[in-house]
Amino acid sequence: MSKKTLIPIGPYHPLQEEPELFKLYCDGEIVKDIKWETGYNHRGIEKLSESKSYDQVFFLVERICGICSTSHPFAFANAVEEIANIEVTDRAKYIRSVIGELERIHSHLLWVGLAGHFLGYNTVFMWAWKYREPVLDLFEMISGNRNSYAMFKIGGVRRDIENSKISVIRQVLGEVKKKTDLLTGAVMDDPVIHARTKGVGILTKQDIIDYAAVGPTARASGVEIDVRKDDPYAAYPLVDWKVITAQAGDVFAKAEVRLLEMYQSISIIEQCLNGLLKEKEGEIAVKVKEIPEGIGNGRAEAPRGEVFHFVQSDGSNSPARHKIRAPSYVNIATFKKSCIGQTIADATISLAAVDPCYCCTERMAVAYDATSGDKIMNANELINKSLERTDELKKTIKSNL
Amino acid sequence: MNRDLIIENFKEKFNSDILETVVKNQKRIVITINSDSIVKVAEYLFKSAGFRFIIATALHTKRGFEIHYHFSLDGSGLILNIHVMLENENPQIESLSNMFNASNWIEREMHELFGIDFLNHPNQEKLISEGNWAEGVYPMRKEMK
Repeated sequence: MSKKTLIPIGPYHPLQEEPELFKLYCDGEIVKDIKWETGYNHRGIEKLSESKSYDQVFFLVERICGICSTSHPFAFANAVEEIANIEVTDRAKYIRSVIGELERIHSHLLWVGLAGHFLGYNTVFMWAWKYREPVLDLFEMISGNRNSYAMFKIGGVRRDIENSKISVIRQVLGEVKKKTDLLTGAVMDDPVIHARTKGVGILTKQDIIDYAAVGPTARASGVEIDVRKDDPYAAYPLVDWKVITAQAGDVFAKAEVRLLEMYQSISIIEQCLNGLLKEKEGEIAVKVKEIPEGIGNGRAEAPRGEVFHFVQSDGSNSPARHKIRAPSYVNIATFKKSCIGQTIADATISLAAVDPCYCCTERMAVAYDATSGDKIMNANELINKSLERTDELKKTIKSNL
Repeated sequence: MNRDLIIENFKEKFNSDILETVVKNQKRIVITINSDSIVKVAEYLFKSAGFRFIIATALHTKRGFEIHYHFSLDGSGLILNIHVMLENENPQIESLSNMFNASNWIEREMHELFGIDFLNHPNQEKLISEGNWAEGVYPMRKEMK
């Protein structure tokens, strides 16, 4: 057996929001095997939820994810409302969908920026994050918070979007649409981005089915699943939109799906705003007396895929059991398929392609030789490998022009 | 195949394995089956009927250990919960991870947090608390407050 080098990415690394450790076993430049370790920051939220009242659980689950903070309350509300057979008002449905889609836009922009950064396109990174800001400002205007908006409750939403704010939202969306055109053009037309992402980190349809991957990761491999269409909730059945898919299953296809989804989100929000104008202001919640005994399966389409919440109620005011499955739980496992056989330089973007819920907590990623234990590579060197690859390709492509 | 037909076929095929069926509405069905039949039931749902495995939820209740295997029939909105009851002492059930990779991590997690044994699991090592949690202590059991 040939000697392999172990390259750990994590536990703290800019690729990931949560601390987690990917062990890349490499033979030369090629990744031969990958292992995953987690639990560095296990917060026991499922257990904690059993000691909170239903109203408090919303604030708890909102803190599972810092980027898509509304998708968990969304799925939890769907689960509890299923147990108690609650039908929320149309105005609340529209508001819920507006929040969900605004979140998808800012989450996808964040991904486009980070993907650009890993490929050596820091301008894309700066632009995407700059254009994300106005969306966060909208959240601040609507809810008072740029993130963790605390908009959801059983039976509706906690705050109204007054009709007077609708024109501001429309204006910002108009700007976001223009910037999305710009970013889409930059990604779709750049020969170097094509060279770096096409044919890289491919997931086949069979891989998706085997690992039960969801969201843009699945849709980029031609698996047309989207909870908003399959199991419609909130205002999604009331508006007209389509599920975006691509066939190639590579990093480029995942970028394409996310970019095109932003247009769908903008369209959904615009239709929801029209819907809001027809509904009476203030009718945002129905009264809820008690949650009866029973079970509820709630799901919502987060930016990264299906979020699933299973709630068992024993008739008391807190859940007897609350199971949460975030989309990254199933998407991360596909790394075994997308990274093995790739070069280290491509592994970085393949890992990032499923959008494993990352943020800018850069701490360290140090590589050790598996046998001698010598430190051979740090985080910047790892990213530099990816940047060098882009530079090389730029030169080759330019000389061929 | 439409949703109703699939459920009818399922009931007919596994008539002797089904202990209870609860239809909450057209999109939410819970079928309690004999725990010995989990592999053949899951195989039918995954390979023949086109269901996607969402996740599984383990519960520790007064009745003992229970697992809900959540399957989704995408396109129809149906979530089919396959429910099994396991004995309180030495809970164990056959693993599904040799059929599809999607159940690999969640079975490891249930093993770690509830102490349920998944027979023939390819690699039943700890998922969450690697190396820093006491052996034989299961934090999601009901005696852990």
